[in-house]
Amino acid sequence: MADTVKMATREAYGKALVELGEKNDKVVVLDADLAAATKTGMFKKAFPDRFIDTGIAESNMMCVAAGLSTTGHIVFASSFAMFAAGRAFEQVRNSIGYPHLNVKIGATHAGISVGEDGASHQCCEDIALMRSIPGMTIINPADDVESRAAVMAAAEMDGPVYLRFGRLAVERFNDPDNYEFKIGKAVKLCDGTDVTICATGLMVKEALAAKEILASEGISASVLNFHTIKPIDEEAIVEAAKSTGAIVTAEEHNIIGGFGSAVTEVVCKTVPVPVIRVGVEDKFGKSGPAVEMLHIYGLDAANIVAKAKAAISLKK
Amino acid sequence: MDAVVKKQLKIKACNARIGIIEGVYNAKSGHPGGSLSCVDILTYLYFHQMNVDPKNPQWEDRDRFVLSKGHCAPALYAVLALKGFFPVEDLKTLRKPDSYLQGHPSMRYTPGVDMSTGSLGQGISVACGMALGGKLSGKSFRVYSILGDGEIQEGQVWEAAMYAAAKGLDNLCAVVDLNGLQIDGKIADVNSPYPVPEKFKAFGWNVIEICAHSFDEIDAAFKQASEFKGKPSVIIANSVKGKGVSFMENEVSWHGAAPNTEQYEQAMSELKAQLAELEA
Repeated sequence: MADTVKMATREAYGKALVELGEKNDKVVVLDADLAAATKTGMFKKAFPDRFIDTGIAESNMMCVAAGLSTTGHIVFASSFAMFAAGRAFEQVRNSIGYPHLNVKIGATHAGISVGEDGASHQCCEDIALMRSIPGMTIINPADDVESRAAVMAAAEMDGPVYLRFGRLAVERFNDPDNYEFKIGKAVKLCDGTDVTICATGLMVKEALAAKEILASEGISASVLNFHTIKPIDEEAIVEAAKSTGAIVTAEEHNIIGGFGSAVTEVVCKTVPVPVIRVGVEDKFGKSGPAVEMLHIYGLDAANIVAKAKAAISLKK
Repeated sequence: MDAVVKKQLKIKACNARIGIIEGVYNAKSGHPGGSLSCVDILTYLYFHQMNVDPKNPQWEDRDRFVLSKGHCAPALYAVLALKGFFPVEDLKTLRKPDSYLQGHPSMRYTPGVDMSTGSLGQGISVACGMALGGKLSGKSFRVYSILGDGEIQEGQVWEAAMYAAAKGLDNLCAVVDLNGLQIDGKIADVNSPYPVPEKFKAFGWNVIEICAHSFDEIDAAFKQASEFKGKPSVIIANSVKGKGVSFMENEVSWHGAAPNTEQYEQAMSELKAQLAELEA
């Protein structure tokens, strides 16, 4: 690959919205006074007539988005994950999820990597909340290439989608010219025989680093990128369980109810093998530089390596 | 308003009240009190005000209605049935497992229902979104929404009120069904939202106050609202909870209770007598 590109997935989201706005005049973007941070400000600049700022009122925004979608618009409603999935949970559940409306929720600043703002803004519960809503699609892209693809795919499908983006700039690892994205289909990044690392979001890069460390110690790991958390790619999980007999999941989210839980649910009912989850261990976050916080909370390659070895040792 | 038209509306409203009682009685649950207080306005909307087509419920240029006080679904269903969206006979299936008439309105199950509601405070925001969508699309449809006076205790109502005025959504007309009662008692005692007109005025709305059971006043109010430009309109409709069934009127216990057989028969005999008088 050419020079390394580093970009926050929220930045890629903003760019993708502009691209989408150029192609389709039915696309409308809503924000609740965070356009500069969520990067919907790019869309605001390009299409001021199709950008709606509802002010600091996320509950109202989600329902306005619902109403707008019934008039034939493709609506992206944005805020921080904490407020989009947290504060407005019931609005998303009752006014978007239950009627299955065509609203795309662009939730940025998800997870611990929000950094200095601290626990009040570090949402590690959003995947659990959104997973529990019937018919909700959840996409958690790992880099800018995948973020763009996710936005385009979400706009193409009819129905509610929760798109999860981060604040921290992350390294690109997908090839922008050849990347194929399909909602609900995990991407195999490398094949191994001893353990499979199932990762999502910024933990995919850590999984790839963990794979290298494991290889240097003679352990062969598969790495799967689950950009879609719901619907979860059951086939890929079953295949991983069968072929490697041990799984580690990695996510920037509470280990309760999130991606790791989704994988575990599939493994338990199909091919029961050891699964160890890497994630925030049922704790609130803290203030500090994003990368440092990721290490403090065990969201890094080193912890994945440790958990991979533990999972392998549990194999019968 | 024209005497013949008014008489026809009164007959429709009385038939809708019969439909409400039929539904709630057969379901053995539901919300008759608030359904009876807002049904005159619902009747007026669907039979005299809104541009809708029962043969084409999804017609994109239709006027929209959002029952923000979603628990009053029996009233909406009764009026939709009378309008021809589905058979009146089906009102008896309310809240039953195979029915398309859910306890609270669902746009995915019921023809003519424009939005799923039930969780208070959300419908008015959705109505704002529909009104905004109309403006963005350059369409001239109007959006109507009925809220309860208890419902306006929800903070989201005031987020929506601020928003609708800030965006000049003059294609939106809300109605607050001011019947004065909520589950736990008198609204004034539980958590007073009064004075309601002044609050909406302060939020930048065109405010109209009427009696919710006078078709002359309802007619004048919706005409004024339709002509008013630059601001959303709200009709503060002073109503009687349980209106039309003597023993339900102004009784908080009828907020969410179904009549037993004896009460059902009394309610039906009262309503049928009213109907006979109107049709005489």
